[in-house]
Amino acid sequence: MKIAFPATGSDLSSFLDGRFGRATRFLIVDSDTGSFDILENNGNAEASQGAGIQSAQAVIAAGAQVLVSSHCGPKAFKVFQAAGIPILQAQPELLSDLLDKFRNGGLAEMNGPDKAGHAG
Amino acid sequence: MKIAVASGKGGTGKTTFSVALALANRDRARLVDCDVEEPNAHLFLRGGESTTTQVWASVPEVDASLCDSCGKCTSFCRYNALAVAGTAGLLVFPELCHDCGGCILVCPNKALSERKVLRGTIESRVIDGTLELVTGRLEVGSPSAPTVIRAAIENPSALQRRVTIFDAPPGTACSFASCVHQADHCVLVTDPTPFGLHDLDLAIEAIQGMAKPFSVVINRSNGDDDLASRHCRRRGIPVLMRIPERREIAECYSKGGSLLDADPSMGERLRALLDDLHFHVSGGPIL
Repeated sequence: MKIAFPATGSDLSSFLDGRFGRATRFLIVDSDTGSFDILENNGNAEASQGAGIQSAQAVIAAGAQVLVSSHCGPKAFKVFQAAGIPILQAQPELLSDLLDKFRNGGLAEMNGPDKAGHAG
Repeated sequence: MKIAVASGKGGTGKTTFSVALALANRDRARLVDCDVEEPNAHLFLRGGESTTTQVWASVPEVDASLCDSCGKCTSFCRYNALAVAGTAGLLVFPELCHDCGGCILVCPNKALSERKVLRGTIESRVIDGTLELVTGRLEVGSPSAPTVIRAAIENPSALQRRVTIFDAPPGTACSFASCVHQADHCVLVTDPTPFGLHDLDLAIEAIQGMAKPFSVVINRSNGDDDLASRHCRRRGIPVLMRIPERREIAECYSKGGSLLDADPSMGERLRALLDDLHFHVSGGPIL
């Protein structure tokens, strides 16, 4: 299964970025093999508005089947919900640790956005 | 002639000055309150029968049977108001849309069409038969102040007046720019505090970017040697007028009165000031 992580670095020894829409990159990790692709997100990170929406679109287009994130706002949540992609909530830990937690079923699904929108 | 009364900082006295300028020149000027997020000139200019019109904008609506999720609209939209949600197709976020219509133009499948949404209202009143006040009001939750500001400025005049005064929104962002952009000259109102001067400089930088002539009015001034006067002198910025810091002006304001109520002698000075501005802008008197 392909998991998207907002990441502070470029490999599994980096941390989960505490932001979603304005994370500078995503790691799209294959949970079976541990191999990953890097999805740069600078353009969306610097958007004047709608960063979460566009980041969600990019993550979905990259083939992610699940998102692991510290937070998710209402608009990005709506995009993931429409696409049928679950969001698992996690603290900003090492990605390799989070991958283990995911494999062991140790991450809980978010039922709704946990942040207010930033529109305007 | 169009004069924008603006400031970087809020609360410097834009409305105080523009209301007084309009009252003193009511036979030749009208006032448009362009601070559409929080218009307040009407608190000082009361009465008159009001005429209200609505301001509509077009946001995209998707026909899912025609959309193939190609993403051309989402990559075109500067405001990120559309997104492809994988196989679920295109989602529209009208609250982020700035009404440019670009997505509809770039869609190769004609899957997007216009849907009208209310962005605000424009109210026009003529006070005592002589002074026209136009007030723009943005709908709560609407992102698009410039749309309503433009509509307020373009609202047909009820009276024949040679001068229009815009009471501009504070700040230096889109709302400010969309108002100042349409003026021939910008009067920046500042207070003589470090905060006022800091934001005055930001506003000047924005106005110079638009190559717009400007001048300064100092409110709550302590005279020739206050912080703002020295600041303007050092930078060669013309100071049109100083409104003195006086308790009776503040008391009058707190009761909904104008500068002219507090100090009737301001009337002549504000007429001369408008004459000077008109000479400066068009090289001749207001006919």
